[in-house]
Parts: sequence; C-alpha cells; structure tokens
Amino acid sequence: MSGLFDLAGWSQEISAFVSGILAWIADLLGGWIPWFYDVANWFRSDAVIEFWGFVIAVMIMLVFAVINLLVVLWMERKLYGRLQDRRGVMVPHPWKKIHKGTGFLQNLADGIKLVMKESITPRNADKSMFHAAPAIIFISSVMAYAAIPLSTTFVLADLELGLIFIVAMFALSPLAVLIAGWASGNKYTLIGGMRGAAQMLAYEIPLLLCIAGVAIMAGSLNPMEVVAAQQRTSVLGIENWYFIPQFIGFVVFMVAILAELEKLPFDIPEAESELVEGWLTEITDIRFGLIFMSKWMKGWAAAALVVLLFFGGWSGPFFPQEVWFMIKTYIVFAFFVWIAWILPRIRIDQILKIGWYELVPLSFATILIAVALKFLSHFGMGWF
Amino acid sequence: MNEEEVTEQLKRDFPEGISDFSFPRRGMLRFSADRDRLKDICIRLKDIGFEQISLISALDWREHFECVYHITSYSFGIVAEVHTKIPLDDPKVDSVTPVWPGANFHEREAYDMMGIVFEGHPDLRRILLPDDFTFYPLRKNFREGE
Amino acid sequence: MTKLWINMGPQHPMTHGLWNLKILVDGETIVDAEPVLGYLHRGVEKLCERRTYNQIIPLADRLCYVSSLCFAHAYCLTVEEMMDLEIPERAKYLRVIALEMQRLTSHMTWLMAIGPDVGLITLLLYCLREREYFLDLLQLQTGARMNQNYPRIGGVAQDIPPNFEHKVNKIFEKFKVRVKDYHKVTNESSAFLKRMQGVGTLSVEDAIAYGVTGPNLRGSGAKRDMREHDPYEVYDELDWEIQVRDEGDSLARFHVRMGEMLESCKIIRQALKKMPDGPINVKAPLRPEGQSFRRTEDSRGEVSYYVVGNGGESPYRLKVRSPIFCTMNVLPKLLRGVNIADVLAIMGSIDVCIGETDK
Repeated sequence: MSGLFDLAGWSQEISAFVSGILAWIADLLGGWIPWFYDVANWFRSDAVIEFWGFVIAVMIMLVFAVINLLVVLWMERKLYGRLQDRRGVMVPHPWKKIHKGTGFLQNLADGIKLVMKESITPRNADKSMFHAAPAIIFISSVMAYAAIPLSTTFVLADLELGLIFIVAMFALSPLAVLIAGWASGNKYTLIGGMRGAAQMLAYEIPLLLCIAGVAIMAGSLNPMEVVAAQQRTSVLGIENWYFIPQFIGFVVFMVAILAELEKLPFDIPEAESELVEGWLTEITDIRFGLIFMSKWMKGWAAAALVVLLFFGGWSGPFFPQEVWFMIKTYIVFAFFVWIAWILPRIRIDQILKIGWYELVPLSFATILIAVALKFLSHFGMGWF
Repeated sequence: MNEEEVTEQLKRDFPEGISDFSFPRRGMLRFSADRDRLKDICIRLKDIGFEQISLISALDWREHFECVYHITSYSFGIVAEVHTKIPLDDPKVDSVTPVWPGANFHEREAYDMMGIVFEGHPDLRRILLPDDFTFYPLRKNFREGE
Repeated sequence: MTKLWINMGPQHPMTHGLWNLKILVDGETIVDAEPVLGYLHRGVEKLCERRTYNQIIPLADRLCYVSSLCFAHAYCLTVEEMMDLEIPERAKYLRVIALEMQRLTSHMTWLMAIGPDVGLITLLLYCLREREYFLDLLQLQTGARMNQNYPRIGGVAQDIPPNFEHKVNKIFEKFKVRVKDYHKVTNESSAFLKRMQGVGTLSVEDAIAYGVTGPNLRGSGAKRDMREHDPYEVYDELDWEIQVRDEGDSLARFHVRMGEMLESCKIIRQALKKMPDGPINVKAPLRPEGQSFRRTEDSRGEVSYYVVGNGGESPYRLKVRSPIFCTMNVLPKLLRGVNIADVLAIMGSIDVCIGETDK
C-alpha cells in the first residue's frame, strides 16, 4: 500500500493556496496603491511558496510529534500500571465522573502544572550553561523527528545520510547531560553527568556499528532505501526484514538503544535512589518538563529507528503505510516499557563492562555477518 | 561453660575488684565490677567466649552513676550483666570499644545522654542529640525547659 | 581525582526514614562512610521515666513504625519478668501469632522497599498488595493496622475473632503462590542478582563483634535466633527452622528474610492449631521493684529492654536496645570500597528503620 499523507506535496499545496489568497488581496489593494502589485508577485514567486510550504510541513511534523508524545506517555503509564497490577492514570481532576479514557488528559494536566512551577536557578550554578542544557536536549530530540519517515511520502527531510543524522541527534543529548550536570553546581548532578558521558561513550559505538551492519546489507544510509531493501523478497518468499539475518545486530541494537534512552535498566545517570535525580536534580519547572517530554519523544524515535532498521519500516498488507508504521513502533515501544519496569537498575561498572566487553565485539560480528551475506549474494547464493 | 563455671573462672582470675555474683534466671549472670578493673574483666570475658556486647546502659542513682554492660555469649547461651559504679564528680570509665567494636555507638549514646566519659574511645561525640547541646538529658537533675 | 563528601540524607530517596549517610567518594568508589543519626530522636527513654508502666506500652509501639508490636511485646515481657508474673497459656499463643504476623508485615515492607532501592518499582507495588492481606489479619486480631497497643502487662488486649483460622489459611495459600512471583522478578532475574550477589559481604566474626543481630547476622552464617536461644512465650514448643545463609552478602540476607516469611506462616498455623482455651489476661501489680533484662527477636534483630523499677508507679530507668542502632555501627566497615550504587543494595538488605534507631 502507498502512504496516506503526502507531507511535502500537501504542504506545498496549502502554501500555494494561502499565497494565492494573499496575492489576490494584494492585487485588489494594487488598484489603489501600485506597489502592492509587487507584493502580489512576491507572493506568487516559487521561492516564497516553497519556503512557506516547508514551514507548514515542519509545523505538521511538530504537531504530530507532540500528539504522538501524549499517546506514548499515556501508553507507558497505562502499560506499567497494568504490569504492576493497577489501572494506571485514570481520572484527571475536572472530570471526576467520567472514567474511561480520561486518563489521557492527565498528561496535559501535568504539562500545565510544570509550566506553573517556580523556576529556580541554584546560586552557584553556571547560569548560561544551566539554562542551555534543557534547550539542547529538547531541540536535539525534536530534530531527530525531521529525518524519520513514516511512509514513502510522509517525511520531512529525505536525507541521504538520514540514519546518521538521527543517531547524531541522539548523541547530542549526553553532551547536554554533561553540561547540565556540571553547570548545576551540585555533587549529585556532577556524578550523574559523568555517568551520562561514560555511558554515551560505551553505547554509541555498538549502536553505530549495528547501523553500519544494516547499511552494508541495504547499501545505503537513507531510511527510505533501507526499507525498500527490506521489501525485496528473500529466498524464502517472504519480505526480508533484517531482524532475521541480522539477529545479533538487532539484539545489540535494542540493548544499546535502551542505554541511549536512559530507560530503566540503564538509567544510572539519573538513578533516583542513589543520586536523588542525577543530573536532573536542580532542574525545575517547564525546563524539567521539556527534558521529560524529550525523553519520551526520543523513546518513540528510538522505536521508529528499530522498526526502520529491522522490521521493514512501513511494509505490510491491507493497511496504509503510516498505520503499519505506527502499529510497529508502538509494539516496539511497549517492549521498551516492559523491559524497563521489570528489570532493576544495573550498576555503572557493570553497564560499562556490558558495553565494552560484550556489545562492541558482538557488533563487530554483525558487520562480519553483513559483509559475508553481501559477498555470498554476489554469487547468487545469498539471502537476497 | 555454664554460669557457675564462668563465675568460678572469674573469681579465680580476679581475686579482688569483682563481687555480688547472682543468677537472676537461667542463662544469666549478674555481678559488680570495680571501675578500675572493668576493662581487664571485659578482656578476660571476651577470651572466655563472650563475643558480643548487647547493651550498655547508664543509670543515675543520684549518689553515683552506674554503667550496666550486657555481654552475650552465643556459644554458652549466657548473658553477663556487669554493674560498674561511677562517682558523680568524676564520671569516667575505661572504654570497651577496643574489646568489642560494637560498643562504639552504645558508649557514644551513654556519653550523649548521661555525660559519662569513656576513656580510650576512638571517637567520643554526641550521637543522637545535636553537637552544640550542653545538657545530659537522662540525668535525674535535668529539668525540661531549663 | 579529588575526593568528595556526599550527604545521602536526611532528605534522600535512599534513607527510608530520616537519617544521613555521609560518604566520601573517589570517583564512584566509597572511601569512607559515616552514619549521622538523631534526626528522629524523641527521647523515649526520658519519657518513660514520667509514665506509669501501662502507659509505656503505646509509647513502645511507636519506637518502630514497621514492627511496633515487637517492641511493645518485648517491653511487656521484660516488665513481667521483673514482676515475676506468669501469663496464661492462651495469651502466650496469641502473642506469638500477633508477633509473627507483625514480622510478616515488616518483612513485606522490607521487600517492598528493596525494590525501588535497586530500581524495581514493580516489586514495591506487588508487595504493597500482599502486605494489605497481613495487615487485615493483624487488624482482625488486634484492632489496628499499626501501633496496635496489643500486648498488655500480664496478657493481651483481646482475643481473636471466631473464623480467624479459616481466613489465615486462605490468605497464606494465596501468599505461597505470590512468593513465586517475587522470586521471578528478584532472584531468578540475572539483573537483580548482578546487583545483590557478592555485595556488602560481612564475615561472621565481624558481624558478631560489631553487634549485628537478627536476619543480618543469620545471613552471615551464624545460627542465632533469640526465639531459639533465649526462648520466650511458646516458641520452644513449636516446630520451625532458623534460616541461615553462609555467604554474608546482600543476597544472603535477602534469602534469609524470604525464608523467614514462610517460616512465620508455618509458626502461625501451628500456633492456631495448638492454642488452648482459657483466660487471656492476669492482673499485674502496679508498683514493681527490681531489675530485669529480656531479649526478643524482632524482624530486624535483637530487641532487648533493661528495666529498673524502684517501687514507684513508673520505671526508674528504661533502656532500649534497638537492633538497627547497633547495626549502623558496622556501616563504615561494610561500605568502604564499594560502589555508590551498592549502598542501595546493602542498605536495602539491612532493612533500616529509623524510628527505633533514634529512639
């Protein structure tokens, strides 16, 4: 099936339509004041239409990201509520009599609460860095959405190195963690920041190597091409989703991405029972809210990355591409939630040991497997 | 060893400085020790097999203070209760922390509450009350609100 | 690298109460540690000197908010010894049932608290769910969920309701199934074992010398239980086993407590079967004289009282031995050289209760 939404085309059309109306108004006004004809021409020019079309596309993506964030947050709360034998978020305050589904609004209520909180900057904090860190984290996680395609047509930036761009955006946030940890002027945050940096070093490498394995098999770093490569049928007559030939890579990638997300078995940079709240200790009000939001935004982006790399992206029968993609990402995200709420937090030295001693060698193995499969396929005896 | 044998042993080792042996119930031995001989007696008790110090209580009898040591021997199943009199004007006694490390907090608490100074204690500070507190609240002459 | 003093407390998720653990860290390794106590000091010993013997029972309840009945019971036992009072057989059985039920709820609280310590909040909610059952049973027997004020000098406050045994059996059957769930998320998961195994190892000699008692001592391999070695009430007539582990690490202490919960179930069932009919209370003298010292086994260790009476309405001096106060003593030794994250695994397995520690 093809995609439902043609993001670029639609936003260009919307832009052209709005520009047309504005140009028409300018033309009317030109009857009285001649230089309005120039304004109308400016509105009709391709560059303006294209620019505003792109801005509209960005807006649509942003709205999608925020709505998706609310869904994902609600999903996580409901899921771990059920895991813990309780109902999860149910009743937000103003609608006490309605029970079903109203828990969704709890996230909005939390957001409003965070906006209204007092903003506190510690006296011995490095102020500019302290305020910059949440912004870096939020911006980097929103920017990752730019390169994630939901279908062949619903994509904001169809980059040639899209996968590298997404991972680079992920890699920015540990830097911000270190900045926030250092700039808060607090011992807990300092230790949390150092842990974040150590963890980033240990897990960024297997993550990238796994992507390299997939890229070797697909012959491209563009998410579109990777999905297209997976849609080619293999010898078995089914679609060649990479989690089968690249199974080791898939497992390593799942572990590394959990560490990248600072989800629970690997959430040592903020380990709330040891370091109060880790690098987040001093951050209050909506800056905390932004970090909180970006954590779940990144959570979904990571699930999307897993689906793109290993589960054939949007390919699937009957339903439109976007529907398949969302279903798959939500299943992967539910898996993240399940892992996070049933495993205890692992110690920093153990995490680093797992990263350097187990994941890095295994990810080299995935590259070897990818190269071997590619080599065999040249003789017509490979997987493809 | 049972209570009587421990008593015999102690009487043999310390002809003086130890008195008033009694057996309140099975598995319990009560006696008084002189302040000067207390540490030696405790070292001897540990050698015999009293491994653990259970409790150190400080009492204010108005005429004198008293420290009561409850020392447990798991291997014999006996508790030795050692009473030591301490004069009011010189509330000092040898610390048994070098003998049993477990006495550390008990002695600090006794110092905190009753003002008895344990000589030879590695780190004698207040433990439950604030460091700048100047009273010893469990003394009988302590009045609340003064 | 520079060494840092870090305060874990008094307001810190690690503390379970109100105390402060100062740790000196070199990177992630702890070089030195010092517990700072006294934030919750209420002066119970001084208060006791102004109250009559019966008024002290509810005060003793409040020493520990998790296993309050054990403290009240130890007090009553000590004063009864001073009065030379023999309490009726049925009251002894009732006390054992209430004590073991309290031990179950206390151990459930510990298991619940160890979850968030190592980052396993799911365990907390599981345990809260089951703890409710035992609190219900305790409420049926004593009338309150916490601070029960149940033991009396010379007996107990009230008898059990008629269908108590049936309810106990039903809940214990359910609990036995649920314990398997706990094992699934804890010691059958390698991530949990990674956190607990080989962490905070305490040798028997050190444990005894530093005054560690109770499950923490039994986790180090010493077969010491006051219920067995200085038997009180009717523990010597019942058939149960002391839980011992030789490893001495956090996991060993974990196993000891898990085992003790099932033993407590066994004790309660036996006691309910063996319990004779009869009175539950005898009259006690008001102004006893003398001194006495009794040791009992709390869910955290040895609880002893040393009571001196001089013939007045209130005791002349009352001294409490609280197990965790003594166990705190060993912390600097236990924590030296471990990781910051291990503090949680160690403190979680020790089961700190600050109410009794600060008195």
